[in-house]
Amino acid sequence: MTTTPVEPEALEAAFEATIARHDRIEPRDWMPDAYRRTLVRQMAQHAHSEIIGMQPEGAWIGRAPSLRRKAILLAKVQDEAGHGLYLYSACETLGVSRAELTELLLTGRQKYSSIFNYPTLSYADVGTIGWLVDGAAICNQVPLCRTSYGPYGRAMIRICKEESFHQRQGYELLMTMMRGTDAQREMVQESVNRFWWPSLMMFGPPDADSPNSARSMAWGVKRNSNDELRQKFVDMTVPQAEALGVTLPDPELRWNEERGHHDFGEPDWEELAAVIRGDGPCNAQRMAHRRAAHEDGAWVREAASAFAERAGAR
Amino acid sequence: MSADRREWPLYEVFVRGKRGLNHVHVGSLHAADDAMAVRHARDVYTRRNEGVSIWVVRADAITASSPDEKDPMFAPSGDKVYRHPTFYDIPDNVPHM
Amino acid sequence: MNDEYAGDSSQWAFGTGFEDPLAGVDTTVPQGVDPAELAAYCLMLGDDALIMSQRLSEWCSRAPDLEEDIALANMALDLLGQARLLLARAAAADPGVVPALPEGSPVPAEDALAFFRDAEQFRNVRLAEVENGDFAHVVVRLLLFSVARLALLERLRTSPDQVLAAVAAKGVKEITYHRDWAGRWFLTLAQGTEESRRRLETALEALWPYQAELLAPHTGFGVDPATLRGEVDVVLDQVFAVSGVERPGDAPPSDAGREPIGGTGRELPGGTGRDGAHTAALAPLLAEMQVVARAHPSGRW
Repeated sequence: MTTTPVEPEALEAAFEATIARHDRIEPRDWMPDAYRRTLVRQMAQHAHSEIIGMQPEGAWIGRAPSLRRKAILLAKVQDEAGHGLYLYSACETLGVSRAELTELLLTGRQKYSSIFNYPTLSYADVGTIGWLVDGAAICNQVPLCRTSYGPYGRAMIRICKEESFHQRQGYELLMTMMRGTDAQREMVQESVNRFWWPSLMMFGPPDADSPNSARSMAWGVKRNSNDELRQKFVDMTVPQAEALGVTLPDPELRWNEERGHHDFGEPDWEELAAVIRGDGPCNAQRMAHRRAAHEDGAWVREAASAFAERAGAR
Repeated sequence: MSADRREWPLYEVFVRGKRGLNHVHVGSLHAADDAMAVRHARDVYTRRNEGVSIWVVRADAITASSPDEKDPMFAPSGDKVYRHPTFYDIPDNVPHM
Repeated sequence: MNDEYAGDSSQWAFGTGFEDPLAGVDTTVPQGVDPAELAAYCLMLGDDALIMSQRLSEWCSRAPDLEEDIALANMALDLLGQARLLLARAAAADPGVVPALPEGSPVPAEDALAFFRDAEQFRNVRLAEVENGDFAHVVVRLLLFSVARLALLERLRTSPDQVLAAVAAKGVKEITYHRDWAGRWFLTLAQGTEESRRRLETALEALWPYQAELLAPHTGFGVDPATLRGEVDVVLDQVFAVSGVERPGDAPPSDAGREPIGGTGRELPGGTGRDGAHTAALAPLLAEMQVVARAHPSGRW
């Protein structure tokens, strides 16, 4: 192939100029290695989260208490497989294959969102995950539709459209249960109590402890700081909780007239660190499930490749 | 990196949402062969909406020209759409974001 | 609430319209049709779809690749949709089939049928209920199931019952896809690797004895599945021939539900799934499927 020599300074300047005018970087553009590394890490972690995230809710498909809920839940978990697939595809535009990323997940060298290491203990958790966990995810993800890397932004636009349905179905399930029996109302409150703090942790550590944030923001890979997004989520969720008729388990939670925001308590960052380290309630179980699916499927993937090769040779 | 040696190849998917429109690139997927790629495209990108026209093409069969995208790794006039796999390695122990 | 949340659902695969599956449909039983017979027929086909869907959905997050995970979920969703329509149809035709629930329970008829009947009240074929195995197992099960179901639904499109005819017309498109998926994978596994062929043959051997029950004679309302045998055999023989797999011999299932077991497998003296005689796999399947619903018989979901 014929290449036109271009000076490194010129490449870097072109990259910076694209970022500065809020235009998109596309796969064939030159980009700093650190930018590419950050993107791959972030997109892969997001993809892994979608795939691992199928498990806590997927565990309830077989036990969904109505056929309508079963259909909604199955379609939702299926969407998550789709989201993982879109994001792996976005990674592949940077030359990292899905097989490589799967390997990195299964060997523990890449992470997924800590929230999926918490167990789901009742059907109300399906609603709470939709409302709080998907709600937090949407806060994180909507700004990423404008991220500087083209394929990532396009994947996120597709994903966000579907996520908004996910959040609504969760909230609607909880609303319906709150109109049901006393036992159902208790289930909802108990579930919200368990998921509130882990949901706040989904935004990551406080800004002061988030070393990569500043550079990611300068590159337009990230659009808002962890604390900004966390505050936005709390402000958005409080009135929803009131409408639902549940309490959020934080005695420090109150409206601050002066700031125009809600004040809220500090999540247990030790717990977050432990879950990320692999000491969460379900880390081992989630990884074992994923590994088993991957290994059990190896002979199928091989068979299809062998069949295609033979058919191609004929 | 010891990945699946026999990973199914990557396909690009183009969908015509309704009559009168062009096929538009919607994303990519993996499949063992062309027939499987069409089926996967229906399942993944249209969820089997009736009346949608789908094209699939192996990503490595596409020749690209995008003179505005600047990288000495690529010829300006014609090459692959994406970077080549294993173009760079992910370091071990990448930190949690 | 639901209207407010309906929004633009076009981006979402199956829309958000998960309400009463027969809303706005005229469910009057046509003249000359026995409502009890119509209900029994719909229950049989509805239970087949429900139990198959339950088994297929167990694959969710466990498939060999993401693309196949999505495909299996699509098929489970199709069958679940068919089950809802057929159970609702059965209940509308003959409310007597719906189990009694506590006074004032908001549980709709389709859910009362799915979650508050015991194993011996289910009318599904045993092919649908046996435990999942490997990927070859789900391919063979879907192939045998969808070849017979497609033949049946094609004929039911002209059923005198307009509701059943409409369900069949929609189902034909869906099951055509399932049959194609299973047929292609059958061929792929047969001619892939030695291992895939071995696994395929093992699955076929295990599931074939349950195939005949799909075509067991049914008297009364509806197309008699026994009349589809020729058609079904032609399709299956084609798949076997293309794949280079020998058609298995007919023998009764090794785990054929209640005693005694014998005969050709087509008319088991102990009865079949159609009579409520099931394998040991159905009760645990139902125990899981029904656990939350039964804990809250007056629950709202």
